[in-house]
Amino acid sequence: MANTAIGGRPAGGALPVRRLLAPSSRGAALTFFVLRRVLWMVPVLFFVILITFLLMHLAPGSPWDRAGGRQLSATIVQNLNVRYGLDKPIWQQFLLYLWNVSHFDFGLSYQYQGRSVGSLLVNAWPYTATLGVLAFSLIVVAGVGLGVIAALRQNSRVDYVAMGFSTFGASVPNFVVGMLFIIVFGVFMYKLTGGAYSLPVSGFGLDDHLIMPVVTLALLPTAFIARLTRASTLDILRQDYVRTAWAKGLTERLVVLKHILKNSLIPVVTALGPTFAFLVTGSVIVETVFVIPGIGSSFVTAVLSRDYPMILATTILFSIVVAVANLVVDVLYVFIDPRVRLT
Amino acid sequence: MALPIPAAPVEEVDWDVPEQVGLWTDVWRRFRRNRLAVAGAVVVVILLADALLAGLLQQIGLIQDPIKQHVEITLAGPSAQHLLGTDYLGRDTLSRLMYGARISLTIGILVQAIYVVIGGTIGMIAGYAGGRVDNLLMRFTDIWYAFPDLLFVLVLVSVFGPSLLSIFAAIGIVNWVNLARLVRGQVLSIKEKEYVESARAVGSSHFKIVLRHLVPNALGPVIVTLTFGIPAAIFLEAALSYLGVGIQPPTPSWGVMIQDGYQAIYASPWQVTFPAFAIAITMLSFSFIGDGLRDALDPRMRQ
Amino acid sequence: MAGKILRIEDLKTQFFTSRGVVRAVDGVSLHVDEGETVAVVGESGCGKTMTALSILRLVPDPGRIVGGHIWFRDRDVTTMDAEQVREFRGNDVAMIFQDPMTSLNPVTKVGTQIEEAMTAHERFSPRDALERVIPLLQRVRIPAAERRRQDYPHQFSGGMRQRAMIAMGLANEPQLIIADEPTTALDVTVQAQIVTLLKQLNSELGTAIMLITHNMALVASICTRVIVMYAGRVVEEGPVRQIFKSPQHPYTWSLLRSVPRVDEVRRSRLVSITGMPPDLVRMPPGCKFHPRCAFRVDRCSDDEPALDEVGPNQVARCWVLMRNVPQEAARELEAVTISRDVVEELKATAPDLEDVADGS
Repeated sequence: MANTAIGGRPAGGALPVRRLLAPSSRGAALTFFVLRRVLWMVPVLFFVILITFLLMHLAPGSPWDRAGGRQLSATIVQNLNVRYGLDKPIWQQFLLYLWNVSHFDFGLSYQYQGRSVGSLLVNAWPYTATLGVLAFSLIVVAGVGLGVIAALRQNSRVDYVAMGFSTFGASVPNFVVGMLFIIVFGVFMYKLTGGAYSLPVSGFGLDDHLIMPVVTLALLPTAFIARLTRASTLDILRQDYVRTAWAKGLTERLVVLKHILKNSLIPVVTALGPTFAFLVTGSVIVETVFVIPGIGSSFVTAVLSRDYPMILATTILFSIVVAVANLVVDVLYVFIDPRVRLT
Repeated sequence: MALPIPAAPVEEVDWDVPEQVGLWTDVWRRFRRNRLAVAGAVVVVILLADALLAGLLQQIGLIQDPIKQHVEITLAGPSAQHLLGTDYLGRDTLSRLMYGARISLTIGILVQAIYVVIGGTIGMIAGYAGGRVDNLLMRFTDIWYAFPDLLFVLVLVSVFGPSLLSIFAAIGIVNWVNLARLVRGQVLSIKEKEYVESARAVGSSHFKIVLRHLVPNALGPVIVTLTFGIPAAIFLEAALSYLGVGIQPPTPSWGVMIQDGYQAIYASPWQVTFPAFAIAITMLSFSFIGDGLRDALDPRMRQ
Repeated sequence: MAGKILRIEDLKTQFFTSRGVVRAVDGVSLHVDEGETVAVVGESGCGKTMTALSILRLVPDPGRIVGGHIWFRDRDVTTMDAEQVREFRGNDVAMIFQDPMTSLNPVTKVGTQIEEAMTAHERFSPRDALERVIPLLQRVRIPAAERRRQDYPHQFSGGMRQRAMIAMGLANEPQLIIADEPTTALDVTVQAQIVTLLKQLNSELGTAIMLITHNMALVASICTRVIVMYAGRVVEEGPVRQIFKSPQHPYTWSLLRSVPRVDEVRRSRLVSITGMPPDLVRMPPGCKFHPRCAFRVDRCSDDEPALDEVGPNQVARCWVLMRNVPQEAARELEAVTISRDVVEELKATAPDLEDVADGS
């Protein structure tokens, strides 16, 4: 699985290529590379859908089981099955599903009678997207910023504070962090200010409702990126070419930006791909803790109520997001590091 | 012909001759010097002791029954009887905490065995076989890697029901990819070296040579990866339980305790903080140990 | 002071480590005249690189210049503020480093790196800098300069990278180029090319060159003056021919003896100097070389000698001096260590001899 705690990249990418024409320039080679990677996404996603689909159908029980005694009658169950296409053989169901998905039809939700999964997702999407974008921005700015500062001022107080924070952030589960925030900024703050103010602990709004969920979501990846940036920058600082840059009489700004960071941020960019995977899984938890009606919490309710179309659709959606993010990062990496060979 | 002995004997240079120490002694020594790592190790030992002895301690009456509800004192604060108070059903928090350690540690640590078995095998086969088999297996791991882990665990557990076994299996199936890649990399680099040597080898099969070299070389990084895998697994279990799809009540798991405590957060915020603290400390400890091991095993830092 | 572009006066550079204070440069005085080619030689750790880095104020942590002056023309580098130092670096004095493989930024084009050396000092506008890149590359004999400027360092060979570094050093027409072991990391054939290039640059452009090396053969081929360093101090200095013909300090003498020379009658012995360079934290009393010196007398372990004149323009820091050592003793003691096959040969001819005190 896209391991959400440790940075890693897919090993693949280089399909055995028959050289139709030898790329004459790096530009041409880049285009081929991008195309290959994009094409590779297709079979991966296919299998993701297939595996999830099969799992859904392996589950014991049926979506029509009602908890607490009164089951639906056999005829109704039969009708429902026909209506939802559940009486056909599996492979047919799968192909049908694929066909529908390619038309963006994800079927009807089992939990919410009559509503299409597609519409549910569309409704939930903006919440998750907002959180995700904000969290990602925070991660990049705070993570890289902290890491760079810590490295440039190694062993200073700033360094220790930054690294202490990142150790904490990297080791505490996000729902725990969410809880702690709620306790401190929700409950205590309320009591302290005599009920005057506290950060909102649930629900969504384009205001201070966003503060705690976004920070909670961003905390662990920020910590990880900060550590990575620091380590990478420290490594680069020792390199001979940094000394050459100083010896040429370049300004500190030039040395830091064009010689140090340009090199040290390369592995950081690579790590941003798996960060997306983490944002995805993180959103499941954060939306649950802070009661935000996004895709993540929809996923949880779908799991709890065995809403298979919903589960399937959400898994596919998230996997696509992760795959695209990794693709973008891989391509970006090739752009920023001229030493990479594009065979 | 008398050759004069040069008038300048070499001055006795005070060499600090480093004693040759065994690999593992050196590793242990370096580990010991990392105070955070040692602190983490101490905590883990305490937790292990707790996990093993919780049942015994309850038998001899030192701790309460974690499942017994005392409906008259729900959400009580710390008292002589209940050192950490009670939860919303009147169950003793301390004993639930202690039993919860059992679950977290069991899953966290034992799951690594699955990683080793699945990931290690696939990595070894891929690395050793090379060519199309390697390609195929790596494509397979790419596909596996494409699933966000928490999602897949949730899906698996929802399909197979929230028993301890299915949680265990789900977490194990989901995260073996890193180990597979690691092992494959090790095998590849050994194969490269061994290829030359085995050209001269007589008798012993190529595979056995690779295997023999694999274990000492790969052991270090594998141990580090597994050590970091433990907090990740503990996190997954806690997340599952928190969301309600993991360990089912009344069995105490820290994740469940957090969910329970969350419900009562305004009335008694402490019920949430105890299990939260427990998870945080546990994960931190393992992370410190992992860091310590990684630094200790780093060949570049050998003295 | 006419003609002297660099004058170092009693420079002291020290490193403050947990083990103690490392006296890397311990009272070094030297000078470089306009258009000269000066060599600074010595073993690893003798302080020659630190001296060079001190000139450009590039001493890394935990090191610090703690005393002395470095005069460039009439400005004291040691008292310059940060901005003045920045202006000075790469402009008045340029430095070329040892390992060309790692001394160039791998993610920036070579041409760009040369340009930025120029635009950093406001002597050339960006447009001028751009135009100067190709002639610079051509001057250091890099073929296909127009195409090459768009390449990245990893597309250059080792020798070409070093040339590119030299081009970068030349970009602002500095009065002095400090070359720190410019050929050590290169193939032997490429070494010769780089050395020739430096020589040509010196004669064509009149740029002074301070060549730091432990390779005496290099010194002989392009330098007019040589400064020998040991344990952070200068132990001998003089014109190249003179030093090579009659070195006065035993260390210099040993250094020269350790170079196999093609023009000599073939010897069966290859000489090396016993022992190790001194620990720069705890140095021996008296002359810093005396523990390894074959010619020492009692005084050597008590007093440290000063740099005295020992010939026209030649100074040396020694109580004994090689000219006072009897010729036969010097010849016989040419081997401070003796190679193994010679020992065997000797044992065969004088079987009752005790083990020759083999220094190695």
